[in-house]
Amino acid sequence: MTSIRVSGRGGAAPKVAPYAFVAPAVVLFLLVFALPIGYTVYLSLFRTEVKGLGLGKGSRSEVFVGLDNYVRALTDSELGAGALRVLGYGAILVPTMLGLALVFALLLDEDRVRARGFSRIAIFLPYAIPGVIASLLWGFLYLPATSPLNQLLAELSLPGVNLLSPTGIYFALANIAVWGGVGYNMVVLYTALRSIPRDLYEAARIDGCSPMQIALRIKIPLLAPALVLTSLFSIIATLQVFAEPMTLAPLTNSLSRTWTPLMKVYQDAFGRGDIYSAAATSVLIAVVMFVISFGLLRITRSRAFGGER
Amino acid sequence: MRLDIAKKAVAVGLGLALLAGCGGDGEQAADGPVELSFWAWAPNIDKVVDKWNATHPDAKVVVSKQAQGDDLVTKLLTSAKGGNPPDLAQVEYQSLPTLVSNDVLADISEGAASAKDKFAPGIWDQVTLGGSGVYGVPQDSGPMMFYYRADLFEQYGLKAPATWDEYAQTARDLRAKAPDKFLGTFSSNDPGWFAGLVQQAGGSWWSVDGDAWKVSVDDAATKKVAQYWSGLIAEGAVDKAPMYTPEWNKALNDGTQIGWLSAVWAPGVLQGNAESTLGKWAMAPMPQWDASKPRTGNWGGSTTAVTAGSKKQKAATEFAIWLNTDPAAVEALVTESAVYPAATSGQEAVSKPPAFFPNQPDFYTQAAKIAATSSGFTWGPNVNVTYTAYKNSMGEAITAGTDLVSVLTKMQTATVDDMKANGFTVGG
Repeated sequence: MTSIRVSGRGGAAPKVAPYAFVAPAVVLFLLVFALPIGYTVYLSLFRTEVKGLGLGKGSRSEVFVGLDNYVRALTDSELGAGALRVLGYGAILVPTMLGLALVFALLLDEDRVRARGFSRIAIFLPYAIPGVIASLLWGFLYLPATSPLNQLLAELSLPGVNLLSPTGIYFALANIAVWGGVGYNMVVLYTALRSIPRDLYEAARIDGCSPMQIALRIKIPLLAPALVLTSLFSIIATLQVFAEPMTLAPLTNSLSRTWTPLMKVYQDAFGRGDIYSAAATSVLIAVVMFVISFGLLRITRSRAFGGER
Repeated sequence: MRLDIAKKAVAVGLGLALLAGCGGDGEQAADGPVELSFWAWAPNIDKVVDKWNATHPDAKVVVSKQAQGDDLVTKLLTSAKGGNPPDLAQVEYQSLPTLVSNDVLADISEGAASAKDKFAPGIWDQVTLGGSGVYGVPQDSGPMMFYYRADLFEQYGLKAPATWDEYAQTARDLRAKAPDKFLGTFSSNDPGWFAGLVQQAGGSWWSVDGDAWKVSVDDAATKKVAQYWSGLIAEGAVDKAPMYTPEWNKALNDGTQIGWLSAVWAPGVLQGNAESTLGKWAMAPMPQWDASKPRTGNWGGSTTAVTAGSKKQKAATEFAIWLNTDPAAVEALVTESAVYPAATSGQEAVSKPPAFFPNQPDFYTQAAKIAATSSGFTWGPNVNVTYTAYKNSMGEAITAGTDLVSVLTKMQTATVDDMKANGFTVGG
């Protein structure tokens, strides 16, 4: 220790170095994160005011309105309805997706499994397909008249299903997200599983544990931190659902153009050309996500990060 | 020191450039060849533009292909806010007020007013928004007409309906004879289509009353149209699935949908979506509310507009006028892009029927007659809001099986509330 201090006699260099090392990160953070957020908050305090017919040049001006945009967003019933719809969608999606990811990860971790590499890629592959493209393809499969599923059901003289009905749409959307998300979460869980010392299983087996008991009593409890993190990511992704309902909306009467809060933001900003209230709504959504993320982490901190405090 | 001078020079240069950018509305920056960017969606429009580029070496136009409709409006609004709009854009009539009130489009009356008598008065009114400014040069119009599968109509012993009563009866007859087929569909996805039907019935959703806007989305004519379709949907006489979906394409192709209330540009869509039915369709005038006074509405139609942010407005205006009035350009628009030209001379010049309608040699003669019965319409500054309300509420009402007339109230409220919230003067 002393030797280091002595060698740092020159003074300036060692003090500047740490700042130089973090500078790129700080600059990037300010430019791509803090600045846009700041600008969004700034925008959310204004609105345009039009005079008369609003047709001549300069008939629009920007006026400061304080928290008006927030009040309007919070009292907007369509936004509240959208939030409820997202909750319903998330209630179907998150447990299904994580449940499947966990089952796949446990299966792949089993030593007797064959073609492990292939299965892992096969499950992961849908994650590589962009949401919009997946939605277009699924949309084609959902439409009653073009759906191969309905053709099959008709062959078997069973009644067709319409996944684009007002209730069916929740499952239709969740299905698209499940395919996209299972592989990603499976990889996270699987990696966590591989890092568990194998001796534990050996010891358990000697004690007479069946593979099922090993999974339930050893693997899943040790996976808890990874499960908490994947849940958190899935919940955040759920709150941001946008591309799928946006792409399916033109295909059906059951999806409005403001079905989720983010679609409402899009409509406000680009449909109505009102970037100010869109900014206010975005800030509100960000705050909700922040509260949920940190709340969840706080509750589960001891489980998620073990001894880390 | 030298570095400092260089820095100062750059700063002064930038400042001057900024000043020039702010002050120089529509000024030509310099002599010599200019390059104009043009956002458009009409198919093969680049081939028409090539003709301009071949003869106008001093003003090269570069086409950038865009998505149609609301998407382009969104992009134009955003690019104008970002300070980097194209010089020219293809803009639909109903989007003009929105873009004008957002200061996206330039008033080109100085260069374009002389083109007025090349167009029918009803068309020209739509680009002036009833005032003295000119915000675009009309390119095409979309008079509505009725398309039907002539072969299947014959097979089922139907004839093209002349009135809306006959349309309803034909729809019922078809359902009785072929329960898996429909005469048409009511689409919650196409507010422009509904607006066209409303125009035909004599409705007009916006109007200017002195210094105030008047909004009447739920007027008597609109109610009549909504009531009519409500009834047909309730009794299952027409389909209620949206248009322009893979399902709808298939239905057009395999004869599940044997009729389509559409506009003059329909042959192009049919060719793209229902290729196997070539030569089997026929076109007739719209069914009428009052057969003694035939009318039609417009669905679509667009203009070539110059943006307020363009530094080359003079050259851009010249191009816009050339594109839509020059005989060679208009002919190319018709043959290459399959548009129905807005220029009166162009409409008379179109002789050959569309490739998809070889069986109807007098297609465009008929079309010109139908176009002459078009009703006027004033678009408002927030058509997007009305259209979104239509899409949301019509979809909801159709799935819930409720009356469509109640949707009009929602559309009216959404439109008026939005205008008031933005500070527009809205009269009673």
